[in-house]
Amino acid sequence: MDVSQYLEVFIEEAKEHLQALNEHLLILEKEPENENTINEIFRAAHSLKGMAGTMGYKRMQRLTHDMENVFQEIRSGKMKVRPELTDCLFEGLDALQEYVDNIINTQDEGTNDNQPLIDALARELDIGLNGGETEKAPEKNAEPEKKAEPVQEVKEDNTGVKVKYADYEKTAISEASSEGLFAYEVYVDLQESCLLKAARAYLVFKAVEEFGEIIKSVPDAQMIEDEKFDFSFAVVVLSNADPENIRKRVLNVSEVKEATVKKAEFETAAPAQSNDKAEEPAAGKDKAEASTESTPAKPAPAAAAKQGQQTAKKAVVNRSVRVDIEKLDDLMNLVSELIIAKNGLASISGDDFAKKEKKTIYNEQIEYLERITSNIHQSVMKVRMVPIESVVNRFPRMIRDLSKKLDKPMELVMTGEETELDRTVIDEIGDPLMHILRNSADHGLESAEKRKALGKPETGLITLNAFQEGNSVIIECSDDGGGIDTEKVKKKAIEKGTITEEQAETMTEKDFIDLLFRPSFSTAEQVSDVSGRGVGLDVVKSKIESLSGTVECKTVLGQGTTFTIRLPLTLAIIQSLMVTIGGEKYAIPLGSIDTIEDIPKEEIKRVEKKEVINLRGNVIPLIRMAELLDVPGERPERDNVTMVVVAKGDRKAGLVVDELIGQLEIVIKSIGKYINNSKMISGATVLGDGEVALILDANALV
Amino acid sequence: MADAADFTNNAELTQYIGVMINNEQYGIDISYVDNIVRMQRITRVPKAQPFFPGVINLRGEIIPVMSLRRRFGLEDDVFTTKTRILILKPELQASIGFIVDEVKEVLSLSDADIDHVAGPDDRNTYVTGVGKHAKGLISIMNVPAVITEKEAT
Repeated sequence: MDVSQYLEVFIEEAKEHLQALNEHLLILEKEPENENTINEIFRAAHSLKGMAGTMGYKRMQRLTHDMENVFQEIRSGKMKVRPELTDCLFEGLDALQEYVDNIINTQDEGTNDNQPLIDALARELDIGLNGGETEKAPEKNAEPEKKAEPVQEVKEDNTGVKVKYADYEKTAISEASSEGLFAYEVYVDLQESCLLKAARAYLVFKAVEEFGEIIKSVPDAQMIEDEKFDFSFAVVVLSNADPENIRKRVLNVSEVKEATVKKAEFETAAPAQSNDKAEEPAAGKDKAEASTESTPAKPAPAAAAKQGQQTAKKAVVNRSVRVDIEKLDDLMNLVSELIIAKNGLASISGDDFAKKEKKTIYNEQIEYLERITSNIHQSVMKVRMVPIESVVNRFPRMIRDLSKKLDKPMELVMTGEETELDRTVIDEIGDPLMHILRNSADHGLESAEKRKALGKPETGLITLNAFQEGNSVIIECSDDGGGIDTEKVKKKAIEKGTITEEQAETMTEKDFIDLLFRPSFSTAEQVSDVSGRGVGLDVVKSKIESLSGTVECKTVLGQGTTFTIRLPLTLAIIQSLMVTIGGEKYAIPLGSIDTIEDIPKEEIKRVEKKEVINLRGNVIPLIRMAELLDVPGERPERDNVTMVVVAKGDRKAGLVVDELIGQLEIVIKSIGKYINNSKMISGATVLGDGEVALILDANALV
Repeated sequence: MADAADFTNNAELTQYIGVMINNEQYGIDISYVDNIVRMQRITRVPKAQPFFPGVINLRGEIIPVMSLRRRFGLEDDVFTTKTRILILKPELQASIGFIVDEVKEVLSLSDADIDHVAGPDDRNTYVTGVGKHAKGLISIMNVPAVITEKEAT
């Protein structure tokens, strides 16, 4: 089946499911009993498995399947969530992510089977379900890979399966026998009550492997994995061990009803093709090995395919944006209008109108067209806007992993994930943010003991806060760690020769902090694989500057560090309230508006020459916007004043405006660099009729 | 430029847009000029410099416009049908509009035609020199000086 057309959908959805899994697993780790979460996880895992299967990504499907089994058991309450289990599951998610990345790059899932992981999952499952009675299951992993060779199955009365050998297998066995190895057929019957046949079968495989190399199984490994067998199966192992030992070992696996071991019997094949054949079983053994060493004969096409992928390692998938259907509908509407406008223009060229009339209609149509095109422009821009959530939502997981790795308890608190940024910026901002967070986790936060000694809460706090301020989006990343020791930076810088002692004398604290943004400058005493190699902050800085943003660092020794990333917001879109002030139109960002009040002028009181109003017990100052903005013209005194109450934190102010127009989604634009931009004005926007309205920055007014 | 071939003999020629401000002709180096548009509605920007009447919307881009009359300390603009806004792009990402009384013509002047009164980097004067052409004299505008704020103001 050609599934390439679904590839993009698959990738998009796989990413979403993985993200959902990550998020919910984090919750599950904290609240192991949360039923909703486990249901969510199960759903996501199940969809992912189904998708991978449909797309023919067998390895991915298998891993997801095994993970799903675990989720299933958790869901049904048969096993508990343990830290080891979540670790294992997180690793599983990483492996799945790797598959998805491979698929993005090469359209193929790659050849990593993640066998150790699957083993670990099976083990966890076992421990969870049976209290770990088979915990001693061998560490080493090997399971026959699915083979394309024809294998016939014949029903046999007691075991249900009979092993038949293909020619090459016979050759291999006879060759092995010359080395003193015998092929033993191990017939296994599982108990009828066995729930996870595949897992059991797996353990049997492991057990048998202790004695030698498994060269085949009936049914084949893939079918066993997929539980496509009744309760019996057989494996063939090349071993010099006592068959009775093998049998005992197999019977040791729980839920195995019966096991018989007998020597393989067949007519010896012609030794003609022995060269090729001898290699074959080797190819069929350990998958990890099979993927690293390229074996001749049969697996050659696979190896060739693998090489092919490596050479053709260009991204096969286009980047895509998920768009709110409403935005698309808007765009569609505009395009329909565009067609109407075109038709309008076309109709003028007919002879139905007098020349003079023609001109007016023509001008009207042109204006109409202008309006539509600028709206289309805006709509397209809006389509490009993506909430910052899509970048930051992977950070909680990262911090969790770092916390484990660095052995420091820490917590990440994120706010403002809904802040929208242009897609191009979103794509670029992930790495710099990650760098900064890693820095905070590694260098910033002290160890738990140190924190305790300092009287800080043991769990370090990292906050990531995104919000829009005027013309920019600001992302603040702070930690409550030790802060940057400028003395240390100074010493290091002199030591490294970055600055001279004389230079150091004249440098301010800020200058020292700026040193951190220089290439190859790290103050970490120990280089860890988390950070400290000195390729961090300078990369962060250059990346952010390439997005024409700035990055600042503030630090208080002993109290923490805050990195502030400021990104320009030429494309930002906000909801705003449109008002008129003395005939001029202004936009007030909806986010800063608290309430809108209509108050009789008698209620305005004067305190220290300032107008205030007592609004439900709160005394708030009144700002006459027309005066503040020097709006020309007379202002008639009215009986009632319309007041937009804006808030900044706890502080409020009432902005007196003339009229309210209504709510409007506006695209913020800069008013240009040459004109003096007062703090009150955060930008401008173009209204539907082409008029420019200025945006008031309520933060500067309160 | 279609007539560029005529000037191949003299590579030093620079083209200027001749604009009228208060009955005086000024030349603006054509390399700065992005566009010339008719007068349109200007949105006042509170607390801006007095010589910036406000901003306009040019195909979705917000462009601050400067009144050269106000900048030069002359009487305020009287908008007529001849009033134009010259859109300049001194930098890639920043545009500015100049309100002028009238746009006259494009002039080609060689360096020799111009009497320099100030260097191009001199930010203290709005005129770098006076050019002579067939119909009279033209003041060559020091665009960087006009658009950058002087410390004093």
